[in-house]
Amino acid sequence: MERILFGDNQFFAVNHISDEKSRAQSIKFKEDKTILDTIDIARDLGTETFMCTTHDRIINICEMVRQDPEKYKNFSIFPCMPYAHKYANAVTELGIVGTIQQYVPGNFFGTMFKGGLAVMSKDYISIMELMVDAEMKMFKKINTPVIFLQNVVTDLLLGLGMKDILKAYHDYVIKKYNVEPGFITMNMPKLLAMLESVGIENPIICSSINKAGFRMSGGMEIYEKTLREKQVRAIAMQVLGGGAIPARDALEYVCNLPNVSSILFGASSKQNIAQTISLIHEFDEKKK
Amino acid sequence: MIKVALIGAGKMGISHLSILGAHPDVEIVGVADTSKMVNDVLEKYSGFKTFTDYKKMLDTVKPDAVFVAIPTKFHADFVEELLNRNIHLFVEKPFCLKYEQSEKLAAIAKEKKLINQVGYHNKFIGTFDEVKRIISGGHIGNIQHFLGEAYGPVVLKKKQDTWRSDPEEGGGCLMDYASHVIDLLNHIVAPINTVHGSLLKPIYSNKVEDAVYALLETETKISGVLSVNWSEETYRKMSTSITVIGSEGKIISDASELKVYFKSAKCPTGYSKGWNVKYVTDLTEQVDFYLRGEEYSAQIDYFIKAIKGEVPNNKNTFESAAKTDKVISLIKNKKNNA
Repeated sequence: MERILFGDNQFFAVNHISDEKSRAQSIKFKEDKTILDTIDIARDLGTETFMCTTHDRIINICEMVRQDPEKYKNFSIFPCMPYAHKYANAVTELGIVGTIQQYVPGNFFGTMFKGGLAVMSKDYISIMELMVDAEMKMFKKINTPVIFLQNVVTDLLLGLGMKDILKAYHDYVIKKYNVEPGFITMNMPKLLAMLESVGIENPIICSSINKAGFRMSGGMEIYEKTLREKQVRAIAMQVLGGGAIPARDALEYVCNLPNVSSILFGASSKQNIAQTISLIHEFDEKKK
Repeated sequence: MIKVALIGAGKMGISHLSILGAHPDVEIVGVADTSKMVNDVLEKYSGFKTFTDYKKMLDTVKPDAVFVAIPTKFHADFVEELLNRNIHLFVEKPFCLKYEQSEKLAAIAKEKKLINQVGYHNKFIGTFDEVKRIISGGHIGNIQHFLGEAYGPVVLKKKQDTWRSDPEEGGGCLMDYASHVIDLLNHIVAPINTVHGSLLKPIYSNKVEDAVYALLETETKISGVLSVNWSEETYRKMSTSITVIGSEGKIISDASELKVYFKSAKCPTGYSKGWNVKYVTDLTEQVDFYLRGEEYSAQIDYFIKAIKGEVPNNKNTFESAAKTDKVISLIKNKKNNA
């Protein structure tokens, strides 16, 4: 994994502190080309990994990337699935079974369910696998060295104690795609303990890690202790704490934490992208 | 440990179940749902005891508290049965289809001294809490007018009918979306007791409204406008906001950002004359387990703490939810100025 990963929240109007800023971002990134141009700015500054949710608009971005293989030969995407709002809004309207019927490809589930046939454990796992495949379609021929499960799903399974499904996801990503599985969570210490309990060692876990303690569930101390004492390849996200911390302080904090393999950040302007990347390099240099 | 059971493992029920599953003071003793598939998954992968008959579950696992997350039309009967069994209750919103039912259940819960809470999670959001504090402190003076809004992308094309598209079952934008805004306005401004006119407009749905617009008035004679639309695709997810205009200032707040204008320097500590902006990140307390917003975890934690006697049972009570149900019925009665 690269030390610095470029994120996508700014492209899809995800702003944790302001709906107005979200709208401004929607307007700025109305055209897919603008998104790719911004990714190119980060690439020119040495950040070749783009970590993004499986939003419908990524389909076009991937298409543009495929059209220029030479330009994007070192480029990778870390997909994060699923794009949860799509499903959440569908569940509100169609219910859980209705949503599965709508989104699981093929009518395998529809016929099985309507026919009232018994559903075996392996069938539930197959449903999960089919959903992973459906989300992965858009990344065909693109390098995806790590495939992430989004936090809403990871944390839902975590709270429900469904460790076998987390394990099945982990194993399927390795078996089918021959790449590394990753997990996004808002509960990193709890998740790590659960993954360890099913024999997953040194997992890739992306979570909020910031000097303000923002979205570090259970408190910063337990996060810092986990990073110090456990084996984990942590990715720090929301390093600015939702905007609460000045960039310099924010990055100094995460750069100096043990076991933080990578730092994920998103920015819209060339200036902010360049500033973040150079600050991370600066603090990493000092550490050496 | 508090022994908790769930009735209704749909979207909200499963979300509650996950948060409860991670709560250190909670033991999940049973789940009742009519879907065999959902029960099957919860048995196989979570190891929960599941039931298709909720009464059988209550007899078998004897919970201290139950979360009720079934369609609203079933709430009245189920909740009455549960109260008669002396069980503490967390019920999803909206509370009941008829406010008379809600009032009756609120009275029973009160008489039996059972902890009762309804899932209006906005009251656990830091920005709205701060709005309440500013208004209660009289910092924006006498309230003159308010605007309550919610928009989101739920119904964006004509689709098959579900219970959400059946007004008899508690479906529709008024029950599902507008209820949140009404409840918040009742809490922050003052209880609404008059509806001067309302428009319930279908956009894509056949049987229910996709938008609600109404002219409201509180018992303290403050006027206001309600504007809610769940067929709004310019929003990524549900967005609720309120604007309150007072003699000494004005507040515009949503779940993430609070903007407040003070006409003079007579304002609370941490604020100054003119515009002030605060973000939810500065106003939110850390939770122990995060699933989909601090407020969802915080409301459950509050309920569990109330059962343990650590906090008063005064947030989102059946009584306050009954007031919201009453406003919903007033809006229905004034539908298209009938």
